[in-house]
Amino acid sequence: MSKVPAGTWVEIENILLTPEQRAPQVPEDTRATPYVMRVAGFLVAEAELGSETEVRTLSGRKIHGTLKVVRPHYEHSFGETIEELLTIGLGGEL
Amino acid sequence: MSLDNTYQAVMARKNEIMKSSMGLDYEVYRQGELAFDYERMMNDCGFTLQDIIRIQAETKVGNTPMYELHNLTQAVRKISAPGKGARIFLKDEAANASGSFKARRASISAYVAAQKGYKGVIAATSGNYGAAVASQAAQRGLRCIIVQEVFDSHGIGQPEIVEKGRKCEAFGAEVIKLSVGPELFYYLLLTLEETGYFNASLYTPFGIKGVESLGNELVMQIRSIAGKDPDAVVVTHAGGGNLTGTARGMLAAGCRAQVVACSVDLAGLHMASDRDFNRKSFTTGHTGFGVPFATWPDRVDVPRNAARSMRYMDDYVLVNQGEVFYITELLAKMEGIERGPAGNTSVTGAVALAREMNDDQIIVVQETEYTGAGKHHNSQLAFARKMGIEVRRGNPEEGVNGKSIVIPEHLSQVKGRRQDMEKLRVSYLKNAAKQLAPDKWSDIDRSFVAADVKKDLAWLDAALKSI
Ligand SMILES: Cc1ncc(COP(=O)(O)O)c(C=O)c1O
Repeated sequence: MSKVPAGTWVEIENILLTPEQRAPQVPEDTRATPYVMRVAGFLVAEAELGSETEVRTLSGRKIHGTLKVVRPHYEHSFGETIEELLTIGLGGEL
Repeated sequence: MSLDNTYQAVMARKNEIMKSSMGLDYEVYRQGELAFDYERMMNDCGFTLQDIIRIQAETKVGNTPMYELHNLTQAVRKISAPGKGARIFLKDEAANASGSFKARRASISAYVAAQKGYKGVIAATSGNYGAAVASQAAQRGLRCIIVQEVFDSHGIGQPEIVEKGRKCEAFGAEVIKLSVGPELFYYLLLTLEETGYFNASLYTPFGIKGVESLGNELVMQIRSIAGKDPDAVVVTHAGGGNLTGTARGMLAAGCRAQVVACSVDLAGLHMASDRDFNRKSFTTGHTGFGVPFATWPDRVDVPRNAARSMRYMDDYVLVNQGEVFYITELLAKMEGIERGPAGNTSVTGAVALAREMNDDQIIVVQETEYTGAGKHHNSQLAFARKMGIEVRRGNPEEGVNGKSIVIPEHLSQVKGRRQDMEKLRVSYLKNAAKQLAPDKWSDIDRSFVAADVKKDLAWLDAALKSI
């Protein structure tokens, strides 16, 4: 597997609590899943996807975790057009 | 020596972590088992309203416009009885740095953190507040960590949550993205302990004091535009800081207008459920926060909550998801402004209330928030459809949370529903009784509890008999 170079913007993941370790008050469906954290940062040293590694975050902290995503990005959008909205406010409501 | 970082061990260290991360000792305000000296706690932070306004002006907070929504007012009058249909005003809080009133809430904490020599600030939040803390921290030269609940067990985050996280990063914050669950607080404590940063909690006196400027400004603006005080102010309500701060600011200005809370009704959806997480089209300003926080404010990340909404709330109106989406679209088409979901929740509440008010009365929506990809109602509805939720036009009362969203066909279908304030107060009493049996309450506890629900001792005695 190819190595991701040091300095690359990546996302790492950690399991903070296993299902057994979770807070007593969580509902059943949530309790069936582990408590997971993700954070993005600059890769400290060259690493492979899926390996244990370390990043330097935007606040300057170093955090360990499993390398999950290379160059994470945002793709949230305005979504597919909801036609039901288009006819609102054209005069029909009054 | 390395610390024990299990859930139970970290929670047990809560009080010491809190104390060192804020330099604030809540014990000194304690007066009884339930009672504490709320006003003294608020005053001790040492800032007058004038100080707050000056500090906020340094970091692009405050002085936001007040607009009269002429077209929406006219539309409401057409569906109201003769002589009804109050003038609707809107305070454009989206104009604050970071795009919402939350900039007010973050501004004083960031100022205090810098003054006290903390290197950075941390906040645990569902969104807008994170962006506000990040923006204020950036301007004060502080590092910033935001701890946010972002994704379900499939790794999916609903679009508004994702957008809020993006905005925090845009201001240079480290964003810790977490899966669904109340253990957010656990991770907050761990991070505070590790970094020694300032806890910019939403619920400190600094946070609430910061919002008082909003209430004050609002009253001054309405007086100058209309030559009189507003009759009602509608506040989008979740954790209660928006309402508490605004109402306190209004009182400081000598205004006695009705303070009306408004939330989106999300009954039936569980806030800590992995499954329900992505079946909500609103991330705040909803009953999942609004009701529990009103009826027991001290469920937060500080020992005593400075946001105590029932002290100031006169009325509480619920609207449903479909109604808010309809009004959001109407605001764009009629008033020529696109704004985000939380503010539009109270616009919807204001439409419902204005119909019952006289046409010489004034109702103010006290905030807007920014909108854009992810925060837009089209994003939310498109996502809801992908999650298998039915979206259609019709009678909004037919919508079933988590299953369908019904967008009104006509403005007259935007009605809202009042919550029973008496029920909410009794529910507060029941929560207080869980802390300590009422027959053990001291006089000072009794006075505190009565004041905390805006009632007197005679009411308290009668109400306690009923529970
Ligand atoms: C823009 C906006 N309006 C209103 C609210 C509700 O405020 P509060 O939680 O103080 O009741 C929030 C908070 O989540 C918000 O971000």
